[in-house]
Amino acid sequence: MRTAEALRMALEALRVNRLRSTLTMLGVIIGVLAVVILVAIGTGAKNAVEKEIAGLGSNIILVVPGQVGLGAAPTQSRLDLSDVAYVRRVVGDPSKVTVAVNSGESVRVGRTEVFATLTGTDENLPNIFDRPLRRGRYLSATDVDTRRRVAILGAEVAGKLFGDVDPIGRQVTIAGVRFRVIGVYETVGSTFGVARDQEVHIPVTTAQRLIGLPRINGIAVGASGPDEIEPLQRRVVAALDARYPDEKFSAVTQTQLLGTIGTVLSMLTGVLAAIAGISLLVGGVGVSNIMLVSVRERTKEIGLRKALGARQRDILGQFLIEAVLLTTIGGLIGILLGVGGALLIQAVSPVPAAITWWSIALAFGVSVAVGVFFGVAPARRAGRLDPVVALRTE
Amino acid sequence: MSEPAFEAVGLTRSYLLESVSVDALRGVDLRIDQGEFVAILGPSGSGKSTLMHLLGCLDRPTSGILRVGGVDVSTLDDTKLAELRNQMIGFVFQSFHLLARTSAIDNVALPLVYRGVSGTERRVRAREALEAVGLGHRLGHRPSQMSGGEQQRVAIARALVGDPKVVLADEPTGNLDTRNGDEVMNLLERLNADSGVAVVLVTHEPEVAARARRQVHVRDGLIERDTRIEGDTR
Repeated sequence: MRTAEALRMALEALRVNRLRSTLTMLGVIIGVLAVVILVAIGTGAKNAVEKEIAGLGSNIILVVPGQVGLGAAPTQSRLDLSDVAYVRRVVGDPSKVTVAVNSGESVRVGRTEVFATLTGTDENLPNIFDRPLRRGRYLSATDVDTRRRVAILGAEVAGKLFGDVDPIGRQVTIAGVRFRVIGVYETVGSTFGVARDQEVHIPVTTAQRLIGLPRINGIAVGASGPDEIEPLQRRVVAALDARYPDEKFSAVTQTQLLGTIGTVLSMLTGVLAAIAGISLLVGGVGVSNIMLVSVRERTKEIGLRKALGARQRDILGQFLIEAVLLTTIGGLIGILLGVGGALLIQAVSPVPAAITWWSIALAFGVSVAVGVFFGVAPARRAGRLDPVVALRTE
Repeated sequence: MSEPAFEAVGLTRSYLLESVSVDALRGVDLRIDQGEFVAILGPSGSGKSTLMHLLGCLDRPTSGILRVGGVDVSTLDDTKLAELRNQMIGFVFQSFHLLARTSAIDNVALPLVYRGVSGTERRVRAREALEAVGLGHRLGHRPSQMSGGEQQRVAIARALVGDPKVVLADEPTGNLDTRNGDEVMNLLERLNADSGVAVVLVTHEPEVAARARRQVHVRDGLIERDTRIEGDTR
């Protein structure tokens, strides 16, 4: 018997039992739908985080005191500006090293007051981080050296304080001290919940005086290329460890952040897909069950077909194709609904969704495999029926 | 005529019923030639159904030799046996056994599906077979849209479509009224006479058996009597 013939017969059998076929498929449809949607959401989340990290700039190494890791106690920083100068010498290119002093402060214009993340930094920040300006200028070396009271506002801060008015040249009051606005950043979004549009940048020297401490929170180093990141990272940490033998320093790179977060999110996606996969498996059991019922119901038909010359493999093929067709059609419907669902979620909610080809291919492959796996037992039973017994069955 | 259609020597068949061996056939010798019209008669439990299943290659003998069209069935595996059924034998059952949701023409074409005949040729041959049984106007009808007599004629067309050597008919008139039963018997007689296909009827109705030119009486698993009607002018 030809395959095309067998396929036509199987389709006919499914069409005859339309309601039952649909209900049986439903298990597979839901399973595949869940796999496609959950993987799309997981991948979407991963992509979004990776984009945030990449949005910082490229080839950045962040040097912070203490050990970085989950559960590590925050360390009181002992670094100061002399250490920045030291790192500049170690790195060799002073323009590729910048500094951060952070503090939460209120920023006021007249009666309007917003809470902002105050960051003291220097003229090298734009060499390392990707922070385009909307208006005005970056900090200059002179701003830092002379402790000027000048500020660059994050897009959100500028919007809240000034609305549509151009803030350049205007005054803001930060922690009771008046600053002149020299620039406004473009909207850049947030990274790890740090709303970078809510930052206000001032010269690091000014910030230290304002806060009243000579400390700094971290040093950022820009590597000249991806291959430079690791050696440079080791050199900087080794140099700091040598300078402070009883202290620990950590340097994190974007690649490491991406790696760690990527791994966690990939695992999460995998777990979600596995849970969805279980429902696919349950759908397969449903297919097996229905096929067994179908074999029993059609015992007489099987007997007749055998009497007319159907071989064991013809009957086996017929029922196996029916089972595979059930799960394959179910799988295709599930994929369509899953892709549609993912696009819908993307459109109506802030949850990012990214449809990946591998999840679709996997879901399809698994639904075909489920059909084969769960169809074999009923089909073999059908193929082995004794025609005499089968014909006699009422 | 060369090979006999069926040749059985010392044919036995026993079943295990709850670990007790039951002998349904206890040594049957039978030769049916091509083109014969034979009725196998016997009360229920006589073994006539078992004999028919063996002749139809639906079952295998416990011992003895059975040749169908010259082929010893004990040498065939299940696949070859299925192919033999497909080539040599056409079945007609008491309860028709048509596929309920399938048109007459597709029902008739079914044996050709398992022979690997192309769809177009199947339809041509199925149409011819249906026309031969006088149902050329019923090609697209489903069994439920036809009378019992018509359904049995579709089944006969199905039995003939593959040009078998033998048509095995198991109580073909059992589910029909007298008029339709007569019509089916007329049809079988005509086909036997026209195309030379051997017809083996299994029945317990003497009137039906009387239409055959040879009567084989089975009782207690043995052939009790084998009579040929005199004046067989074939």
